Amino acid sequence: MDTEITLRVDGGTHPLTVDTRTTLLDALRERLRITSPKKGCDHGQCGACTVLLDGRRVNSCLVLAVTVDDAEVTTSDGLAEGDREHPLHRAFLDNDAFQCGYCTPGQVCSAAGVLAEARAGWPSTVTDDLTAADVDLTDDEIRDRMSGNLCRCAAYAHIVPAVAAVAEAEGVRR
Amino acid sequence: MREFRYERATDAASAVALLAAESDGAFLGGGTNLVDLMKLGVATPGVLVDVRRSTSTEVIDLPDGGLRIGAAVPNADLAADRRVRERFPVLSQALLAGASGQLRNRATTGGNLLQRTRCGYFTDVTRPCNKRAPGSGCGALEGVHRNHAILGQTLEGPGTCVATHPSDMAVALTALDAVIRVLGPDGERAVPMADLHRLPGEDPSRDTTLRHGELITAIDLPALGMPSRYRKVRDRASFAFALVSIAAAVRVTDGVVADARLALGGVAHKPWRASAAEEALRGRPATEESFAAAADAELAAATPLRDNGFKVPLARNLVVRTLLQLTEGTR
Ligand SMILES: Cc1cc2nc3c(=O)[nH]c(=O)nc-3n(C[C@H](O)[C@H](O)[C@H](O)COP(=O)(O)OP(=O)(O)OC[C@H]3O[C@@H](n4cnc5c(N)ncnc54)[C@H](O)[C@@H]3O)c2cc1C
Ligand code: SF4
Ligand code: FES
Ligand code: FES
Repeated sequence: MDTEITLRVDGGTHPLTVDTRTTLLDALRERLRITSPKKGCDHGQCGACTVLLDGRRVNSCLVLAVTVDDAEVTTSDGLAEGDREHPLHRAFLDNDAFQCGYCTPGQVCSAAGVLAEARAGWPSTVTDDLTAADVDLTDDEIRDRMSGNLCRCAAYAHIVPAVAAVAEAEGVRR
Repeated sequence: MREFRYERATDAASAVALLAAESDGAFLGGGTNLVDLMKLGVATPGVLVDVRRSTSTEVIDLPDGGLRIGAAVPNADLAADRRVRERFPVLSQALLAGASGQLRNRATTGGNLLQRTRCGYFTDVTRPCNKRAPGSGCGALEGVHRNHAILGQTLEGPGTCVATHPSDMAVALTALDAVIRVLGPDGERAVPMADLHRLPGEDPSRDTTLRHGELITAIDLPALGMPSRYRKVRDRASFAFALVSIAAAVRVTDGVVADARLALGGVAHKPWRASAAEEALRGRPATEESFAAAADAELAAATPLRDNGFKVPLARNLVVRTLLQLTEGTR
């Protein structure tokens, strides 16, 4: 059933007519040709499709496009400021945190979400003191918080230090 | 995926009115379970009523020290709420042990409660499954059932089903004696958490006692006032459903168990309130022996399947270890 929506993505505004069955991921990739979010599993299990929805990381494959009519979508592309990459992009390059790169835009968006959640003081399942005011993004914390992003090339050992480097620079890692 | 009409409701009454007119409609929360099942052809609603704006996204204080959680509060926000972390740590821990950061950001409290089983026969429309297609049989009974139920299953007849309820949060809410506030075409009612989900009985197609068109509007948590904790055992350290989990709260006075609340996850078609274990604990010395005896009292009724017998000692050990941890320093 066709519905008219307006998607706001990475600073641009896109009026679109979509079938109600269209996911945000398919609307981005197939309709707007914004291809940095990737389709891995299409079932919420791999994180390759991760984008920020009003600043919060979500799996765009399980979000229906009609439901985000009023939200701001940010993809890994949109994290960059013009030609200047985001510190997470730089850290992934510096730490060699990928091989094929398919999972990387999702990893980067997820990491941006992890940093924001840590700044807000959100705990994780490995946080010892649930009532602590501040979060310290230790390697264990990063592993748990990034566990919704799978990497088929198993670059995990480099992804953790890449996220750690930015966490340290942002003061959410001691 | 079947074609559907999309509606958005800005308040609970209009959401209920919208769905009341549609026999094949469904409420849509975060969609992290429903959209998945629609892609698989397991759920085939003709109308979706988006209820993320129909119910509250706030957690508010109740006069007795309890909390009222709006049905649209995202799982991530509920886990991070300071009052939940301080007064009901078992609930924060259960939420944080579930799914991934991305999913918790999108999933709602109401949707989490009503998520459906992860049984692989239920999610595969080419397989027999009494829950999805009543009367077609239960693929799991003699098939792949390592992660299925050990308590309260229906093991024969047309109602056969050995599935588990997958929610971590629901296990914590069961131990916390939460009350589910529901609005339906016939008005409002309050459903004790213990009565929300059902055992398969003769009709595994129904996960809960809710009637068509009933909307969960909020969840009330009565004050707890004792230490609580959630523990989850799974095949990998993160981003996996429970093999067995436990939500526990216990108060020890002068070395004796004064009060105990226990619920188990991953063992039954509903979050399993361990009433026999609670009964066996009350008034007993807070020792490893009492804890083991309580676990045994609960698990005496277990009827494990061919490949999930390991869950019985796993559940037993989890009860004992968790109670030991919770009572450290008071024994
Ligand atoms: C890869 C993956 C891993 C996961 N791992 C875990 C895990 O480890 N532990 C865990 O507990 N969960 C896990 N989940 C499940 C997740 O927690 C649920 O998908 C989520 O909580 C559902 O919430 P939602 O708001 O997205 O619900 P939806 O998908 O929107 O809805 C679910 C059901 O609830 C109904 N509904 C929604 N809101 C209401 C309401 N207010 N009143 C009445 N009915 C309503 C819908 O009609 C639907 O039937 C996982 C999910 C995925 C995809
Ligand atoms: S256990 Fe229940 S859900 Fe799984 S196949 Fe059997 S009837 Fe279906
Ligand atoms: S494509 Fe969305 S989580 Fe895998
Ligand atoms: S770099 Fe290849 S999947 Fe992660």
